[in-house]
Amino acid sequence: MAEKKGLLKRLAEGQVWNSIFRGGGVPKSRRQRMMVVLNSVFLHLHPVRLPKHAVKLKFTWCMGGLSFFLFLILTISGILLMFYYRPTIEYAYTDIIDLAEQVPFGIMREIHRWGAHAMVITVWLHMFRVFMTGSYKPPREFNWAIGVILLLLTLLLSFTGYLLPWDQLAIWAITVGSNMARATPFIGSEGPGASLLAIGDINFVTMSSDIRFALLGGRFLGEATLLRFYVLHCIGLPFIIMIFLAVHFWRIRKDGGISTPV
Amino acid sequence: MPELNEKQSVTVSPASPPPAALGKTDDGSQVTRRTFFSWLSIGWIAFIAATGGFFTMMLRFFFPNVLFEPVQTFSAGFPEDYQVGEVDLRWKSKYGTWIVRNGEGIYALSTTCTHLGCTPNWLAAEQKFKCPCHGSGFRKTGINFEGPAPRPLERFRIVLADDGQIIVDKTIKYQQEKGQWSDPEAFLKV
Repeated sequence: MAEKKGLLKRLAEGQVWNSIFRGGGVPKSRRQRMMVVLNSVFLHLHPVRLPKHAVKLKFTWCMGGLSFFLFLILTISGILLMFYYRPTIEYAYTDIIDLAEQVPFGIMREIHRWGAHAMVITVWLHMFRVFMTGSYKPPREFNWAIGVILLLLTLLLSFTGYLLPWDQLAIWAITVGSNMARATPFIGSEGPGASLLAIGDINFVTMSSDIRFALLGGRFLGEATLLRFYVLHCIGLPFIIMIFLAVHFWRIRKDGGISTPV
Repeated sequence: MPELNEKQSVTVSPASPPPAALGKTDDGSQVTRRTFFSWLSIGWIAFIAATGGFFTMMLRFFFPNVLFEPVQTFSAGFPEDYQVGEVDLRWKSKYGTWIVRNGEGIYALSTTCTHLGCTPNWLAAEQKFKCPCHGSGFRKTGINFEGPAPRPLERFRIVLADDGQIIVDKTIKYQQEKGQWSDPEAFLKV
């Protein structure tokens, strides 16, 4: 017993440990424990201390934490799916079938899909909880704004992922969804103000140059759309959401930690 | 205090001679205030221009010049291929077009529902187009009469080629609510 403790102690005082964990050594005081958290790139996003009554399930519903947990699940399962899925009209649908029927642990695809549905629900509930407990009030109003952006990014991730199975449900959902983009003011070909952006008879915002065209990569849903949505779903949107997630977590700490029940 | 030293090193004290008066230095290594700000301005302008240029490139990058989409103009055969009173379904899946012939002539209807863009089905028994998504119904003419569709189906430009075959041009649309169906090329008189 004594020998084992000695080993741990020697490790904790060794160069390897001290080069990894700044501040070094086994934290002995409250201050040292705090410094360990503050000096870690991962831990420093998180508050050093939490009031016990503020993390009661009754108060938080744990919805923010669950949302992030689901985000991690989706990132990992999503990367695994990318090893089999090919975003082309020829293969997309059959690759999804292949993932479900032939690939070992075909449940991976179901985890991704159900996890995605669950994350949309938890993000909404998290927002509802924050609203009902008044946790959006100053000094947390900026973090609320970040949260709204995160909600939009979650919905966009859900929207772009919806197309990838390339089945009837996917194609028509995105057809309908992207048709709404036609009505965008000024930059949608059928939106208000689009006809103002013209010189004489030459219209600049047309079906071949509006925001929907940029979203679909063409005038109609097709191969280009599938690839565009795939890249946005797997790289573009996750990259953006991770930046906002980091700011969101860090601001919780900076804005005085998790809000407490009144 | 290292901070203070740094500050002192960049501050030109009012008592010192004006920068221009510093003139040439022996080794040319000293940068005057004026030269420094000139280069700084040039640097910033170049940086902003380059960044702006790249963002413009990025924006334009999302609008491809060549589209790998089905052709928008197709030859639909001879007018005699179509029966009077029939809704012809042969170009529906390939070109998204219904060719309808009535007593006076032929018109090409878009198969895109004017509600949210699904494809309705032609129900011959009920003589109507019915959209499976939200239940919009259209008469054989394309006029909407039930469901959420806000306006009639669109018609495409339809003309005869020199060889007597029908040409349907989907890039030009005619909308009934804009009074465009009376356009000579919206309806092919036979």
